[in-house]
Amino acid sequence: MALGASVPTVSAPVVPVRELVPWAVFAGVILLALLYLVGMDQGATSVFSGSMLHEFVHDGRHLLGFPCH
Amino acid sequence: MVRTLLVRGMLAGVVAALLAFVFAWFFGEPALDGGIAYEDALSTAAGETDGEAPLVSRGTQSTIGLLVALLIYGVAVGGIFALVHGGAQGRLFRLAPRATAGVLALIGYVVVVLVPFLKYPSNPPASSVDDTIGLRSGTFVIMLLLSVVAAIVAVAVGQRLVARIGTWNGVLAGAAVYVVIAGIVAALLPVVSETPADFPAVVLYNFRVATLGIHAVLWAAVGLLFGLLVSRGTRSAERPTVGAGAG
Repeated sequence: MALGASVPTVSAPVVPVRELVPWAVFAGVILLALLYLVGMDQGATSVFSGSMLHEFVHDGRHLLGFPCH
Repeated sequence: MVRTLLVRGMLAGVVAALLAFVFAWFFGEPALDGGIAYEDALSTAAGETDGEAPLVSRGTQSTIGLLVALLIYGVAVGGIFALVHGGAQGRLFRLAPRATAGVLALIGYVVVVLVPFLKYPSNPPASSVDDTIGLRSGTFVIMLLLSVVAAIVAVAVGQRLVARIGTWNGVLAGAAVYVVIAGIVAALLPVVSETPADFPAVVLYNFRVATLGIHAVLWAAVGLLFGLLVSRGTRSAERPTVGAGAG
């Protein structure tokens, strides 16, 4: 149980909440928007018109399991 | 500090996406081509001539398009993973940073990929009805979001129970809470069953296994690589912890 013994004495710093929250909100929103663009846009809903984006990421969208045409 | 975490998470995501691309190329693309072959056979039988050139060629879709899609997905998952790790480390599980990364990747794979997949599995081209894209997108997103909500509830409940009835029982109880909530959600959401009767079963099977495989490669790589980077960072840094009251 070498691993278990070393666990309680971990000195890894805990990230303070007030430092984490702004990053989580800002980066979270942008990263979720990216996921939307790859997985969903120009399908049921469109932020960008046309189907260029849909066609370009077509294979990735299908293979990652997002609903596609 | 959060900046470093975020950079490492996105870096792990990029490498994970490259690995997932290799897997997708060998196991996903053949199945996807099988779907397109079925589609072509249908349109030929219907007497349609494919006159107009496609907006994006198959060659681009299956190479750069697939790679870019996976890279964006990898960066996004890696970044969010790093932020969740930043919140969980030292609070949620009493584990070393590297072990936390491993546990989070496993939970992420089950909650974000596997469970939504069990209700709404991936579909190759030509195996869905075009007009139901609205219903399929909506139900998929609801399943995904509620799966995440169920996981958050389960972790909150599990954490309290661990303090009362011990680690082993508490974790099992938390997992049970997740399974029950996700099960109820899946049972209530509408069934989508539109695969054409003569769609090749082997193509469908291979395609769906490829989806799980791509995600397994990607999430495992994100968890392991981020864990490696974050453990190396904390070992080499060893700076004195200032602001002891901030925790």
